[in-house]
Amino acid sequence: MKILAIVPAFNEEENIEGVIEAIRGSNPLIDILVVNDGSDDRTGEVARSSEVARVVTLPCNLGIGGAVQTGFRFAKQENYDLAFQFDGDGQHLASEIEKILAPVRDNRADIVIGSRFCENNGGYRSTLFRRLGIKVFEIVNSFLIGQRVTDNTSGFRAYNRKAIEFLARNYPMDYPEPEAVLILGKNGFRIVEVSVHMGGRAGGRSSISGIGSLYYMIKVLLALIVCCIRPKEIED
Amino acid sequence: MAEGINIHIIQYVAITGSIIFIASVLFLISRRKLKEEFSLLWLFFGLVFLFLSVWRKSLDIIASFLGIAYPPAAILLILIIAIISILIHFSIAMSGLTERVKTLVQEVGLLKMEKGGGNQRRNPDKDS
Repeated sequence: MKILAIVPAFNEEENIEGVIEAIRGSNPLIDILVVNDGSDDRTGEVARSSEVARVVTLPCNLGIGGAVQTGFRFAKQENYDLAFQFDGDGQHLASEIEKILAPVRDNRADIVIGSRFCENNGGYRSTLFRRLGIKVFEIVNSFLIGQRVTDNTSGFRAYNRKAIEFLARNYPMDYPEPEAVLILGKNGFRIVEVSVHMGGRAGGRSSISGIGSLYYMIKVLLALIVCCIRPKEIED
Repeated sequence: MAEGINIHIIQYVAITGSIIFIASVLFLISRRKLKEEFSLLWLFFGLVFLFLSVWRKSLDIIASFLGIAYPPAAILLILIIAIISILIHFSIAMSGLTERVKTLVQEVGLLKMEKGGGNQRRNPDKDS
């Protein structure tokens, strides 16, 4: 079974090496694809110097959605059976990779979301506003696809071949996570959540903060609403 | 009567203006500075304004039909409709371009890696 780790990274020179080593350490059979999303710093060189990851350097910054989709295109092209997203900022834990891969491997799910909230694991600390936003997505998305999804903003996800092929064609561009849950759910993909912990960032800074978070909420909610009026992408 | 003369002058100005506008759009298309798909709306509204300035009474008819008390205000309404439709058309075109640029950037990245920009080392002990 060919497995690909898609690691989107934008200006993560401090974290990327640790991330690659962690994935490598967890399972040496996993291929690692770092998508260097037009970074201004040495992310690409650092990733290449690790000598275990393949590195796609995008000529300009596309944002997380465009970067991750590059990974799906690659996975589709190279016939990977399974792909998972593992963020380049070091907040996902390599020890939990097996946990999110298992349901896809056992064919119990087409996509698995590593959720911080589906059990009371309590370890995740964040600002009130951020948790509130995540709650709003939970309510909206759960209502729209008729299944409870507790962590719609988590980027720690695994996908099977069918989902890879679908997402290589349709993946939202900026702030893609909640919208991706909705389009996958609406198109009949089986979604399973497993409980994971996430650390804080090891270094660098988040892409969503301050006034940006308000724009983020509005943009994503609009995308979710529009998603509902759009016809299904695939017929089942 | 001074008033009558002024009205004629504004009509000539309007007709000349509309003709110059339509002519410049056609000129830009012929020079390939403007794609036909982008110029259709411009031409359409140019013709609308030419029509309105040649047949002045049409404005009064439109205004009274829409219940606009002051006919010249109808011109502003038509103008605003014209501008909004063109702006929406631009947004549509830009969204299409964004999508294509995204695909191009992704493909360029992947191709560059294939050419040897990325690291190629593979696991000898896998392929199971």
